[in-house]
Amino acid sequence: MLLLILKRIGLGLITLFIVSLITFVGVEVLPGDACTTYLEREAYGAALDACIKRLGLDVPAYERYLDWASNVVRGDFGYSLSGEMPINEVLGPRVKNSLVLASVSILIGIPLAIILGIITALWRDKLPDIMISTITIFSMTIPEFISATLLILIVAIWLGWLPGIVIIPSDATFYELLSNIILPVVAISMIMTAHMARMVRSSVIQVMASDYVQMAILKGVPYWKMVFRHVLPNALLPAINVVALTIAWLLGGVVVTEVVFNYPGLGRLVIESISNRDLPVVQALAIILASIYVGINLIADLMTLMLNPRLKSLQIRK
Amino acid sequence: MNEIIESVKNLSIGFNSQKGKQISILRNVSTNIKKGETVGIVGESGSGKSTLALAMMGYIKQGLFPLKGECLFKSKDLLKMSSRQLEKIRGRKIAMIPQNAGQALTPNLKIGYQIDEALKLHTDLNKTERDKKISELLNKVRLPSPETMAFRYPHELSGGQQQRVAVAMALAGKPDLLLLDEPTTGLDVTTQAHVLELLRFIAKDTGTSMIYVSHDLGAIAQVSDRIVVMYAGEIVLEGPARKILKEPIHPYTYGLLKSIPKLSLAGLPASMPGSQPQPGSINEGCSFYDRCNLATDNCKKNSPDLEHIKELDTNVRCFNYKELINQNNNLQTSITKKSNNSEANEVLKLKDVSISYAKQKFFDQLLNKISDQNPTVKDINIDIKKGETIALVGESGSGKSTILKSIAGLLKTKDGQIKFENDRILSSDLKMRNPNDLRAIQLIFQNPDESLNPNHTVEQILSQPLKLYFNLSGEELKKNIIDLLKKVRLGEFYMSRYPRQLSGGEKQRVAVARAFAAKPDIILCDEVTSALDVSVQAAVLNLLQQLKEDLGTTYVFVSHDLAVVRAISDRVAVLYQGRLCEIGPSQNVYKFPSHPYTEVLLGAVLEPDPDIKPKLVAEDIVEEKPPEKGCSFQGRCPRKIGDICNSEIPPWQIGENGNAIRCHINIEELASLQQ
Ligand SMILES: Nc1ncnc2c1ncn2[C@@H]1O[C@H](COP(=O)(O)OP(=O)(O)O)[C@@H](O)[C@H]1O
Ligand code: SF4
Ligand code: SF4
Ligand SMILES: [Mg+2]
Repeated sequence: MLLLILKRIGLGLITLFIVSLITFVGVEVLPGDACTTYLEREAYGAALDACIKRLGLDVPAYERYLDWASNVVRGDFGYSLSGEMPINEVLGPRVKNSLVLASVSILIGIPLAIILGIITALWRDKLPDIMISTITIFSMTIPEFISATLLILIVAIWLGWLPGIVIIPSDATFYELLSNIILPVVAISMIMTAHMARMVRSSVIQVMASDYVQMAILKGVPYWKMVFRHVLPNALLPAINVVALTIAWLLGGVVVTEVVFNYPGLGRLVIESISNRDLPVVQALAIILASIYVGINLIADLMTLMLNPRLKSLQIRK
Repeated sequence: MNEIIESVKNLSIGFNSQKGKQISILRNVSTNIKKGETVGIVGESGSGKSTLALAMMGYIKQGLFPLKGECLFKSKDLLKMSSRQLEKIRGRKIAMIPQNAGQALTPNLKIGYQIDEALKLHTDLNKTERDKKISELLNKVRLPSPETMAFRYPHELSGGQQQRVAVAMALAGKPDLLLLDEPTTGLDVTTQAHVLELLRFIAKDTGTSMIYVSHDLGAIAQVSDRIVVMYAGEIVLEGPARKILKEPIHPYTYGLLKSIPKLSLAGLPASMPGSQPQPGSINEGCSFYDRCNLATDNCKKNSPDLEHIKELDTNVRCFNYKELINQNNNLQTSITKKSNNSEANEVLKLKDVSISYAKQKFFDQLLNKISDQNPTVKDINIDIKKGETIALVGESGSGKSTILKSIAGLLKTKDGQIKFENDRILSSDLKMRNPNDLRAIQLIFQNPDESLNPNHTVEQILSQPLKLYFNLSGEELKKNIIDLLKKVRLGEFYMSRYPRQLSGGEKQRVAVARAFAAKPDIILCDEVTSALDVSVQAAVLNLLQQLKEDLGTTYVFVSHDLAVVRAISDRVAVLYQGRLCEIGPSQNVYKFPSHPYTEVLLGAVLEPDPDIKPKLVAEDIVEEKPPEKGCSFQGRCPRKIGDICNSEIPPWQIGENGNAIRCHINIEELASLQQ
């Protein structure tokens, strides 16, 4: 078991290494370098020299990679070009904002999705299922930018209940943030919850049709007890991985929603730094996003392993 | 003894077809279960047995609904009860033992918990009493070390053990009535015999009534006091077990019994034509009309009622049943088959063949060898003559299919050679074989559903080998396809059908036709009849035999069923854990002396005869791996003589009957032991 965990962690690290290499090489083979891309027309003479010096572009590529990588490992991503300040300072508030948005959406969306999924499955083809399923399918099919824009139109502009776009100072407190993010959270949760609820629904339906559930009924196990002991543990197991992917997707920044609501999260930073050609920031973001995906998937796999007796004893026997 | 526990009255269950028509799959079923009685319900798959059994617990599968009638348990109708009321009865008064315990135990719950759940629901015992009871129950179903067993998950048990757990769980609520739906189907022969023995013991010990549902008359014969025969959703015959099995007076039951191969009988069983009608396709007349050889015009127009015949204590649904009274002698006949020409040359030789599933280590891969000291299959030597049918027999895991795959080139051998015609060595790698060798050896699989492409018509399926091996096209291709279909007794109109539009037996015929399309010299048959109902099995066996007699094909026939093997094969090779135990002419394998493992297998065969009880001589434990040294059967052998069995590979000895047996016991001594 321990060996397996170590192996998975090792694999994760290798993935990260490859991602870092690819982004580094990618940036390297682009015509020009960080300075010429950034300075554009002014890329000549003293300004260019100063920039090259500042970024240390005058040393060979592999040395720069090693240098950069060792700094990253120590948690230092170097300097941003556009802001001319340490990337860590650029990232800090963005990470915090994304984290807040993601955690609020997760805390609301995932339990809601599971509950809706279970309700629709247990009342399959009855009124609750028909109603909820219609809504979920509807919100799955509308693209984010439309639903987000509609939300702004209705809630912010017509009703005037909430601010339409988010204007938050970088030192905003958690509470201040909260009141600002209601609309983005709703927009995100709609899609996320819908997708997950559908998945939970089909998983529960599948388990409900299994021989062991029929057996439990024939054994005289009362309905709700059967649902909680025999159905849900087995039905929700495969949901763990989907939940993990959703969380990673949320943490990585929900680009469209952030742009529509002008929310300063990681997703918008990706867009901004790409359009500003701020290559050091792009590199840093690539590594961070990759780490989030690798980390969360690792946790999900380990959880599945812990919860599934079948896999657990297989591993122990080996 | 005469108190009625449950009575089913005029029960019909059906579903709504896509066209909105109401289609019944149970029609007017009535029967009574008495206290302490075991009733066997037998019929082909799709005859409505399971639907009936579940309805007797007040459970109707999703998509189905009761059309009329009632299921009275102690004079209360289960079908009208609320789920609250049913919870009080299920598990406590009526308990179920499911077909596939492996799938019927909840995977995330330990088996102790699952039994405890039943105890909590249906008894007033406290925690310590329940724990004691769990051990008691696990002990009663003869599971080893009950204390630790309770802490295991279902998947950590073998199939037979899972089935025992299901029995323990059903017994927890001390039910008055036990429902068993195919409780031994899918288990190995020896395990099956053990589980049946356990059930018989429990019925006697606790006085519980049982309803035993199965398609297998052999199993039914072992446990039932009374037998109900179902056909196309109706009861066609019902009466005391002995009467039904020995003097069946309904043409369907008669034909069914005749189509079961028997150990005591050489030759092939007679087959019944046709197959059971689909629900909804029965309009008027007797539902067995198409397949009945006693049918008259009256049968076509009028459907017979279930008639009670007092002197036989039997209910029968047939106008002409009188013709079958006193016809029982005919049951013991079979179709003799032409024996093969023993002068023929050998077409296939397996020489010292060993096969391993072990993953190649890195260095071995470089050197292209496998260094497994204890391979799955080891030292197989068999010479197969042209036109011969040789059977490989053994329980699951004995390496039968592994050997077939190697002959077919789907699995590399570790050591040894496979020689084809004139001692030419066949590569064990499919890609290295020449096209003619590929054509010459064909495989037929157990499950035609998996081996026939569902998106191809029968024509497309059969044209593939014809195009590939003989480059046929146009009119000639079509003519060949029609010829092939004719060979397997299917009409031309089957060409445009898809596999899903065929019955199980028809699908297997198409698979047989596909194999014969290549005009092969050797056909490898992997449990080809195991998934079929007995009446269909008999038809496929007869078909295979006919084709062989006409075309001189050689068969390697893998099966776990000794009676089937006896019927079809000329020679039998018995395998245990991938090692040969015994090989000899099939009419002799059933005569002693036998290898102790063959003896165990023979003892476990279930005959459709209440007077022939299985002999249980060995434990039904499952061994995961063959032993490192000594005799392969040492772990379970009831005749084991001592350390020599553990340390030395036994020698081959030839018995009086011409069988080669591999055992340390002197062959004459073995013969006298087995007298
Ligand atoms: N849920 C269902 N919906 C429609 N038809 C069904 C359903 N379950 C079973 N059947 C049909 O009912 C018939 C009897 O089924 P079953 O009782 O399982 O037979 P058996 O146990 O004898 O194999 C079959 O023709 C089968 O296809
Ligand atoms: S009623 Fe007629 S068709 Fe039906 S089983 Fe009897 S003889 Fe055969
Ligand atoms: S050699 Fe020994 S263990 Fe093997 S079959 Fe003979 S008696 Fe049994
Ligand atoms: Mg069934």
